[in-house]
Amino acid sequence: MSQNSSAEMGKNRTGIAMSPINAKAVAEGAKESPPSSSGDRHTQDALKAFYLEQSERIGSVPPPANLKGVAKTALKMIQGEKATVLVDKLAERLAFERTGTRLYEAIIGKAEVLAEQSGPRVDELEKIHHQELSHFHMVKGYIENLGGDPTAQTPSADVVGVASSGLLKVITDPRTTMPQSLQALLIAELADNDGWSTLIKLAEGFNQDQMAADFRKALEAEERHLMQVRGWLSARTQEEAGTA
Amino acid sequence: MALHLFEEKGVPLERQRFTWRELVQTPISKLDDDAFTRVRIILMNGIESEALRFQHACARMNGNLQRPLARVRRVEQHQQTLVNWLLPPDQSALETTIGFEQVAIEITAAVAQQEPDAYLAQVYRFGMLEDFDHLYRYSALMDRVEGMDANNILQCYSDIRPGRPTSVEHRAPEDDLRKPYDRHKAAPISKLNALTIMAAEHQTHDYYMTVGPSFSDPVARQLYAEIASIEEQHVTQYESIIDPEESWLEKWLLHEAAEVYNYLSCAGQESNPRIKSIWERFVDYELGQLHLVMQLMKDIERRDPQEILPHSLPEALPHASQRDFVRKVLSQEVDLRAMGTEFIGKGQEGPDSASVRYRQHMNSQGSPSEAVAAGYQWQPGTELATARS
Repeated sequence: MSQNSSAEMGKNRTGIAMSPINAKAVAEGAKESPPSSSGDRHTQDALKAFYLEQSERIGSVPPPANLKGVAKTALKMIQGEKATVLVDKLAERLAFERTGTRLYEAIIGKAEVLAEQSGPRVDELEKIHHQELSHFHMVKGYIENLGGDPTAQTPSADVVGVASSGLLKVITDPRTTMPQSLQALLIAELADNDGWSTLIKLAEGFNQDQMAADFRKALEAEERHLMQVRGWLSARTQEEAGTA
Repeated sequence: MALHLFEEKGVPLERQRFTWRELVQTPISKLDDDAFTRVRIILMNGIESEALRFQHACARMNGNLQRPLARVRRVEQHQQTLVNWLLPPDQSALETTIGFEQVAIEITAAVAQQEPDAYLAQVYRFGMLEDFDHLYRYSALMDRVEGMDANNILQCYSDIRPGRPTSVEHRAPEDDLRKPYDRHKAAPISKLNALTIMAAEHQTHDYYMTVGPSFSDPVARQLYAEIASIEEQHVTQYESIIDPEESWLEKWLLHEAAEVYNYLSCAGQESNPRIKSIWERFVDYELGQLHLVMQLMKDIERRDPQEILPHSLPEALPHASQRDFVRKVLSQEVDLRAMGTEFIGKGQEGPDSASVRYRQHMNSQGSPSEAVAAGYQWQPGTELATARS
């Protein structure tokens, strides 16, 4: 299949319509075979409940690494254990922006080789890449100011990494087209926009005014990214469909 | 299959070379390639994996063979890499698992039909019905946990229905041992069959042990643990049918012959021309390796390899749906159990037998294979296709 096309007609063999005789046999065979035990999809719930009831979690937020200077002052301002929520969500954003930077590097590499006529242009992608990188550095700075360790992987950082691992798989696959890569990027930008909104509310809740103001600027940039990616994806999809 | 093992010399070992780009070729299409192309890739990865496993064991026990083993093994390593890296990155671990079980069903069923020894054929049918059930359990997992249809991978070639229930496949270790063929009397094809299926099952075991912990869902984690345990039993079964009295060199020779035979079977039936050329190249590589081992046998053991190998290879192993055969075996042998090296009816299994007691204990805190497939019947497009909202 050509790199330029996401949906060429071809020999896709996954559906039953591609093998009508065998499809009939496999469906009839399944129908006439009773299951080896009664029940339904809920039967496995009891097995899962045992594990759900365990109190283990995937991990914890590390204690502050540095209680000197600004960090001490900042921590004083943030009362109680809930400060770990802010640290955890900051680490989540840091991880997402760091991976986001790599996502844009991968898509830039693809755009350079494919040299496609219609967007996104490499310079447009590079501009977003620089902003993602600067967001990563900004969050890193705030974690350090709070006495946190920006190299630590907190639970939310871990979860967001697992959740977005498929996006990286799609974009780094040389066989995926630009629109397919943009689809993955759109998911990243949608999640990123909501991530920044959450973080702004948290910063405001902890009376971190400067932090909230800087994050609002970051959100504005992310909103522009989202609009651009949406626009590219929509245009490319319509272009492929011939409805542009 | 008109390939004369003693005349066809293949590519000499010193000319068996690769670059990294050759090792990492564009993978097959999960969507467009035929399911049997995937079956062949998984099978040959298993054959190469066994080549490495055997040759390492051989090197640890035979100082005088370490140098030729190291040279051949380097090529086998790269052959395995090239073959295994043909699997595409959009194929998940569970999708690959469905492919593994399709290999275990269709290849074992084909072997069972061409096996001339009645007892060995029974051994293959016995194991095949168990892997057949694994496919059904994993398909239920894929449907109920991931909302996906296993038939997208199987392409209607294999049935998705219960076999011998996985929950009763658990046996005491002594009931997994079988009687070996006699190296002096067994037909060459019997030896190649045994190596082929042992390799496939060993690889399956190793794969489940590797990917099992990567699943989040507790039912998936338990199901992989349970089926990996059966695959370990299957490795025990299949390695025990091979005559342990064969010398190390004799075993090495047979391993290389099995590789030639399987690559040749692949080359003759491959529908993707790019992949077919890989199988053809590796037929020539394996012939080169086989001749190197023939020479070692002459030099070291003073034996003529013609005592062991046939002059020409048997007919290609069919790579095709064995649905009718599988259904016949299912209807006649699903209730078989094993006691020692013999097969018995389930009614003959005493309540205090070692296997029954072992099985009862293993299942005493719940059976993942029963839980995941409770009331499950495969339907095109998943069971949600007919579910009421």
